[in-house]
Order: sequence, then structure tokens, then C-alpha cells
Amino acid sequence: MFLALALPNLALIATFTYLPLINNIYYSTLDWTLGAASATVVGLDNYVAFFTGPDAGRVLGTTAVFTVATVGGSMILGLLVALALNTKVRGTTFARSAVFAPYVLSGVGVGLVWLFIFDPGYGVLAWLLRGIGQQSPQWINDPQLSLAMVILVYVWKNLGYCAVVFLAGLQSLPKDVMEAASLDGANDVRRFISMSLPLLSPTTFFLLITTMLSSLQAFDLIRIMTPLGNGTSTLIYEAYLQAFGAYNRAGYSASVSVILFAILLIITVVQLRFVEKKVHYS
Amino acid sequence: MSVRPFSRANLAATVTTGYLPLALSVLVVFLPLLWMVLSSFKQPGEIVTVDLKVLPESLNLENYRVAMTTVPFGQFFFNSTVVTVVGSSIKVVLAILTAYALVFVRFPFKKAIFVLILVALMVPPQVAILPNYILIAGLGGKNTLWGIILPGLGTAFGTFLLRQHFLTLPVSILEAAEIDGAGHWRRLWRVVVPVSLPSIATVALVTVVSEWNDYIWPLIITDKPESMTLPVGLTLLQNSEGNGAGWGIMMAGAVLVILPILVVFAMLQRYIVAGLTQGSVTG
Repeated sequence: MFLALALPNLALIATFTYLPLINNIYYSTLDWTLGAASATVVGLDNYVAFFTGPDAGRVLGTTAVFTVATVGGSMILGLLVALALNTKVRGTTFARSAVFAPYVLSGVGVGLVWLFIFDPGYGVLAWLLRGIGQQSPQWINDPQLSLAMVILVYVWKNLGYCAVVFLAGLQSLPKDVMEAASLDGANDVRRFISMSLPLLSPTTFFLLITTMLSSLQAFDLIRIMTPLGNGTSTLIYEAYLQAFGAYNRAGYSASVSVILFAILLIITVVQLRFVEKKVHYS
Repeated sequence: MSVRPFSRANLAATVTTGYLPLALSVLVVFLPLLWMVLSSFKQPGEIVTVDLKVLPESLNLENYRVAMTTVPFGQFFFNSTVVTVVGSSIKVVLAILTAYALVFVRFPFKKAIFVLILVALMVPPQVAILPNYILIAGLGGKNTLWGIILPGLGTAFGTFLLRQHFLTLPVSILEAAEIDGAGHWRRLWRVVVPVSLPSIATVALVTVVSEWNDYIWPLIITDKPESMTLPVGLTLLQNSEGNGAGWGIMMAGAVLVILPILVVFAMLQRYIVAGLTQGSVTG
């Protein structure tokens, strides 16, 4: 009975989640052009090529900048928005839904909208800059600016998620402790820094992990806003470009995927270790 | 308490610390989306201009017409709908069956199986695209709707969420059904499912949203317009409209992919937010 109910799902998970992990490791040992009938086994050559060539610095650097900036940006702004939502004025319920909305929208649609806003010729941003006598920078052609642009849009799309999770955290803070602090004469800022922030640490840790994992998997916005990966080749995007972009280097792409998976695995293990120790004050 | 509730100073404080940040947050979200909608009605002459024209001259649907005729948008919309409806329905049913089995059916290796599902939850589909592409393309699934749907059907998220919910159901209602002689199948559909509708709705809605928005997999497994979904089709539109004049048409396309989910979210946001932020409070 158990198998009759669970087997279809378990078989699908095994075939399309677990089997690919093993296959990826196997493919990563091949010198193989996607679509070619034969491949040569080259052992660890793909990894050696990645780490000794220019790709390691470029791709890992881009990944690190993108991850740190998007995680930091959406968590800090998310916390500020959560504080704005955690007031007793009317309209907070609506505002809470509104700021969450971008998180569920198509990354492709959102990417196109922002690409138009950033358009150096006819975008709103170019018009605003002209208003103060500035030329619009080449957001898409300049590799550093294209990364900054994608980071900005990614933060816009994801900060609502952080805000809603932080808000839930803020609202579950023990009321008696907070009231005692305010009776003691601690002002809002003081109370926030020495009381709320430390008490929020389980929420902060949860968000740190989840946003880090999703930043490392970010694809839609990067693909639609920078189709050539000019300055925006994170690990996941590099793996895509190598296999399905101009090169068809399947073996090399697989090795980049394996490296990405290893990083995701390390983060997950760290999370589990920490959760056991509990980042708690209770 | 030195400030009287209705004094001018208190009002000013409420506006600056209460409403102002709130309004600012909402505006930052809505202005880009509003800009998308406004621009989707603009003619090339209203976009390719040095002066910014905020409002379109008329609400004409020319861009939508062009978007639909330049690329087969009707087909994309149909494909996206089929993929979302079929994919989500199967996933929800599979999640219900697996979660029920994990909670209510006796089986020797249940713990180990649950751990394997938990681990699968951590494996992002993005790292599996190449092997899955080779597998599905080898089976002849390239440029087919079943090729788009099949690899995503296994559901760790739905199973996990429903299992957590089923564990909270009172044992008594199931025991009563058991005494009445109802087998697992009847107990599942007559007892467990009817009392779990909110959780099932949460799983269903989160699944619908992610199926509709899914991009990387349909992008890889399709290269013919007939089988593309909306997000992939939009990429095609982007490629065909290189100059500034095409922005109006692309915004029309963006509206078509964003609006359905925005409407669903506006109506049922309670379930969607709960599903997507689950795990945050209980840890």
C-alpha cells in the first residue's frame, strides 16, 4: 500500500533529481561536445581547466559579488520595510501584500520591464539623468554596470520575501520584554539595536541561508537582462552558457554544475549544524 | 505621553514614521509595474522620443496585436496554460498520495525515505538541467509539452508541506473511519483531504505560480515556437525587436506573462505567502 501510493513520486524524484547528480559527476569527466555521438574520458581535466584558467577568478568572483550584494541588499532593505510594516497605521495589510508581489512574478517579465527602465536611449532612468545634465551609462554593455543592474533588480524582486519573514519575526517577539524595555526608558532605536535585533537572530539566520541558496540559483533575470553573460556569469549562468550557449561544451558545463552543487551542499550542511546548536535565546 | 493623541505633532510623527515609509515601499513596487502597463499602450513615436511621455495618447491595443502576430503568442499562452494546469494537478495529487503514505501507512523504511525527500528539497533543478536534457531529448521529448512537464513532476516541496500538516490531524477522526471499515483509499479522499483543503490550496497555488514562471527548463528543451511557453516566447520577441521602437510591444508581452499571476496573487495571496515563507517561524 505504501509503495502504491508513494512510488510514482519517489520514482520521479529518483529519476530527475538524484540520477542527474550522479550523471553530472560522470559527464564532468568527459571531453564532450553537446550533440556529438562520442566523448573522450579526460578525468579531472575539466576541473583543472576551470581552476587554473581565467574562468575560476571571473566566475567565482562574479558569483561572490552577486550573492553577497543580493543577500545583503534584500535582507537590509527587507528589514527596513518590515519595520515600516510593523506599525499600527491603516493599510499595512495591503502594503505587506504589495511588497511581496514582485517575489511571485515571472523573472522574465520583470527583467524586460527593468531593461526598458534602464535603456540608455529611451528609458526612464536615462530621462531622469538627462534632467540633471548627465548621460546615461551603458548599463548593458559595460560589464561592471550590467552586474550592478541585475543585482538592483534582483533585490527589488526579492526584498518583499525578506520583509514578510522579518515582519513575522518582529511580531513574534515577546511583548512583555519589549514593554519592559520601553518602560525602562529605552528609545526606539536603542530598543531595536539591543533588543529586537538579537532576538531576531533565528529569523536572520533562516533568511541568510534561504536567500543565499536562491541567489546562487538565480537564472531568469540574469538570462533575460544580459543574454551574453557580459560581466554577469555566475556559476549557474556559466554552466548554462557553456552547454547551451555558443560552445556546446557539455563536459565542462557539467563540472561547473558539480562545483555549484558542492557549494550549495556546504551551505546546507552548515545550516543543519547551526540549527542543531540553535541560534536561539530561549 | 507628553504628546496628545490628536495634536499636530503627533499627526506629523504618524505621517513621517508610519505612512511615509509605507507609501514609499508600495510605490517602489508599483511604479515599475505601472510603467509597464502604460508603456504597453504607447506607439513607437511616444517611446522613441527625448521628452518623456508619461501617459499614452490612447488606450489602443496595437502593441498587443503586433506582439500576437510577430510571434505566436496565442500558442505560447495555450502551452503555458497546459503545462501549468496539467503539471500542477499531477504534482498536487502525487504530493497528497506520498504525504498520506508517509504519515498513515505502516512501512519499514519510512524514515529513510523521508530523509531522501528532504534532501531532494535541497537539490535545485538548475544543477540537473544538462543530464535531464540528455535524458528527455533521448526519449524524444524535445519540443513537446510532455518533455516540458515530466522532469518537474516529482514533488519534494508539496510532499514535505502536506506531511507536516497531516501530522497535526487528530488521530481520532481516522480511527473512527477505520472502525467503519474504510480502507486507506477511502480514508484519504473522504477524511484526510476534505479537512486539509487550506494546506492543499497552499501547495496548489505555490505550484501553479512556479510552473507558470518556470524558465530555465522550457528554455532548454524547446527551440521551436510551437512548443514554447510564455516566458520562453518572450525571449523570442526580445530577439526580434532590436531597436527602441519595440519596447511597447515587449511591455505588452510582459503584461501578458505577469498579469495572470498578479491577479491570482491578489485574490489568494494569503495561501501563497504562507506557502512560500513556510519554515520561517517554527524554524
